[in-house]
This record gives sequence, structure tokens and C-alpha cells, in this order.
Amino acid sequence: MWQFFHKLGSPKWFYGIAGRFMPWLLGLGLVLSLAGIVWGLAFAPQDYLQGNSYRIIFIHVPTAFLAQSVYMMMAVAGVITLVWKMKLADVFVRAAAPVGAILTVLALFTGAVWGKPTWGTWWIWDARLTSMLILLFLYLGIIGLSHAYSDEKTAARAVAVLTVVGVVNIPIIKYSVNWWNTLHQPATFKLTEKPTMVPEMWVPLLLAVLGTYLLFGWVSLYRMQTEVLRRERRTRWVKDVIAAGGGSQLKSGGA
Amino acid sequence: MGQQQSLSITVLDPVTTSPGLFQSMVAVLQRDLRLSIRQKQDLLNPLLFFVMVVALFPLGVSPESEFLKEAGAGILWVGALLATLLSLDHLFRFDYEDGTLEQMALQPQPLFVLVLAKTLAHWLATGLPLVILTPMLGMMLFLDGNSVAILCLTLLIGTPVLSLIGSVGAALTVGLRAGGVLLSLLVIPLYIPVLIFGTGTVMAAAGGSDVSGHLALMAAMLMLAVILAPLAAAAALKISLSAS
Repeated sequence: MWQFFHKLGSPKWFYGIAGRFMPWLLGLGLVLSLAGIVWGLAFAPQDYLQGNSYRIIFIHVPTAFLAQSVYMMMAVAGVITLVWKMKLADVFVRAAAPVGAILTVLALFTGAVWGKPTWGTWWIWDARLTSMLILLFLYLGIIGLSHAYSDEKTAARAVAVLTVVGVVNIPIIKYSVNWWNTLHQPATFKLTEKPTMVPEMWVPLLLAVLGTYLLFGWVSLYRMQTEVLRRERRTRWVKDVIAAGGGSQLKSGGA
Repeated sequence: MGQQQSLSITVLDPVTTSPGLFQSMVAVLQRDLRLSIRQKQDLLNPLLFFVMVVALFPLGVSPESEFLKEAGAGILWVGALLATLLSLDHLFRFDYEDGTLEQMALQPQPLFVLVLAKTLAHWLATGLPLVILTPMLGMMLFLDGNSVAILCLTLLIGTPVLSLIGSVGAALTVGLRAGGVLLSLLVIPLYIPVLIFGTGTVMAAAGGSDVSGHLALMAAMLMLAVILAPLAAAAALKISLSAS
């Protein structure tokens, strides 16, 4: 375990291991997402109340789920940056922040599309919509701050402080907004309770969520690899990688 | 190897010769207050901004007393929030530029204590005058006496939270040339709970319900901010200082 942790300090080792994981993440992620979405869109039963319009849930819930948990992952990476000063944690934050922001936008957009037939309007100032909007603001702040510094080390630590401050605030924001106004249907999945949906509905949803997690893993590893290459561009091993055709997998001879 | 130079240096132990925690907090507080009193324009600008923003709503939306009664608490809260935001950029900037902040970071006292004192001075110079101005503006927005009293109470608890949360954002952006706008982007999402509870309390009071629970929640936010925000701001300041 600790050896793994220490090895993560080496950008070159990370580049290689990420390259080995990525095809699996991409393949499994695509299979699961496609299975979940096709099953959900074409074969799952209709909702007795919302008819077919509920089917956007198979895209809405995975994006909303990820949008929130990506922020949590970034906050964990932020703590790692502040405590252990591990560069890869910062690389992850940088790689994940735009992805998280896009997922939040997607969740808001699919929510709006779903809201039109269900509630009769594109947007309501409802608690969960509003807290997603605030989450988007938090993401945009992090992206803005990470581009504001010219020095990478400073940017890394400043962004880490901001993510941690944000994560302390997220529960407060959530509860205050909840208290302020609520109309949204309660969360579809709760870890502690049995789902209220029939299995034909929640199994494909679960598949889609897992698939989206794996795809997020693939995208963030890909972006991290790119960032690592950019940061290490003056080193020998990067030149070797580029000379070898820039494949994502590090040749075993290059050790 | 060779000769050893014997130097006699009297080393002053920084722990025993420097002022205590409380003394240094008071010193920073006094210094910051004196500075803000001497720079009267900086003291006045957020207040003028507050008054002008509030004046925009009757002009821009509706001068009808029904609307203003309904929206008055929200308008005043948003105005106070924006005025605080406007003044935050100055919280550390001058001290950062002339090197005072570096000296503070080198003090034997922990930096967060001095940051707390600076934030307190910022609140006394910005937040408190905003609260004092509020009754007058509240009357202009046709709020009744009880609402104005509750509103002032929520602002009294809420504006220090705004200063404290803002100190983190100010500390993160102090080294940046165009820090002001970015500062707003970072801080506004974190202000939302304070705003919600601030205006919610006034609404609840206008609806005739007991607001002691609301006020207790706001006070809890203040306590949390007093404990956590100076630590985060001090960490952020050290980062900003190490970059320069």
C-alpha cells in the first residue's frame, strides 16, 4: 500500500500504469453505460406517472451523481496536495475540474429537459437545482483560480485550499438551500435504503452510473497523462515516449 | 578545521521578548483601524456603494410600497453582501504590497491570530457601518419597525461571517494583479447560506413565527467561521507570500 503511494510520486511510473488501466476503463465504461442506457431507454418499463419522459433519468442521474462525487474526489486530492505535497494529486484536480464542471452543466441541462414535461417549466428555483447551480459556481471558481497563477506550485496549493474550503461549505449550502425551498423528488438512490423503483428500472440506472464512473476514470487519467507530459516535457523519458510514437503505453524497455 | 571565530551574538529569544497573543492581536486591530480611519475614502466607498445599490431597486424595479416591503430585506442583504465584497480586495492588498504581511507571517505568533484581528478590523470598518446605515434604508424601503430590528440583528450576526469567509478569498487572490473579479467569483457561492438565512429570518419574522432558531443557526455559522476561516486564510496567505 505505502509502496504504491510512494510510487505515485513518480510521474513516469504513473504515466505507464495509467496507460495500462485506460483501455480497461474505457472498454468497461462504454459497455456498462451503453448497456444501461439502451436497457433503460428501450426495454425498461414505463413510469406509471411520468410515462416515457422519465427515461432521461438514465442520463440525468449518472451525470448528477458524478458531478457531486468528482468534487469530493477533488477535495480529497486537495487534502493530499496540502498534507503530502504530492504533485499527482494536483494534476488530478486540474484534470478533473473541467470534467466535473461539464458534468454539472449536463446534469442541469438534462434536469431542465426533464423538468419541462414534468413540472411544466425549464427552470425552477428548487433546492436541488439551485445547489447544483452553486456547485457549478464552485467548479468555475476553482478553474478560474487554477489559471490565475503563473507559478504551478502556488496554483496547486491555492486551488487545494479552495477545494477544501468548498467541501466544508457544501453541506452547509445544501442544507440551507434545502431549508429555503424544496420541490424536487427525493434522491433516487440512497446508500442506506432499498430503492423504491422496480429492479427493471434501477438495475440499468446502476449500470449507467457505474459506467459513467469508469468513463470519468478514463477521461481523467487521459487528461492527467497529458498534463504529466506537459509538465515533464524537458525530461528524457518524455522524449523517449514521443520518439516511440507518443502511445499511451510506456514501452517496457524504457525503465 | 583551522581557527574558529568566536562571535558573541546576543540572541534574543523571540518567544520571551515578543508581545503575547492577545497583545499582538490588539496591536494589529488598532493599527488597521487607525489606517482605515486615516483613509476616509476607503472607509466611505463601500457605504456609498451600499446606499446606491439599494437606491437602484426602487428605480429599476418598482417604487411601489408592496413590492419594496416584500423585497426590502433581500435588497438590503444583497446590497450589504456586495458592499462587503467590494471592500474585501483591500483587506490584505496594501499590507501585501508594502511587505507588512511578510513581517506578520514571520512573527512568532501564529498568523491566523493576526488574520483574525485584521478581519475583525475589517468588519468594524465595513460591516458595522453597514448595519448602522440599515435602519434608515429600511425605512426608505417601507419595512416596518419589527422587520428592521430583525434585519439589523441578522446583519449584525451575518456581516462578520461575510468578512471571515471573504478573508479566505482575499488571501487566495492577494498576489494576483486582477484579483478583484476572481475574488467575487470565489466568494459569492460561499456567501449563499448566509444570505439565505439572513433574509429567511426576516421573512419568518414578518410571517409572525419565532425566529430564535434562525438566529441560533446564524450564530452557529458565525462560530464555525470564526474557528475555521482564519486558519484557511492564514494558509492561503502563506501560499500567496511564497509565490512572491
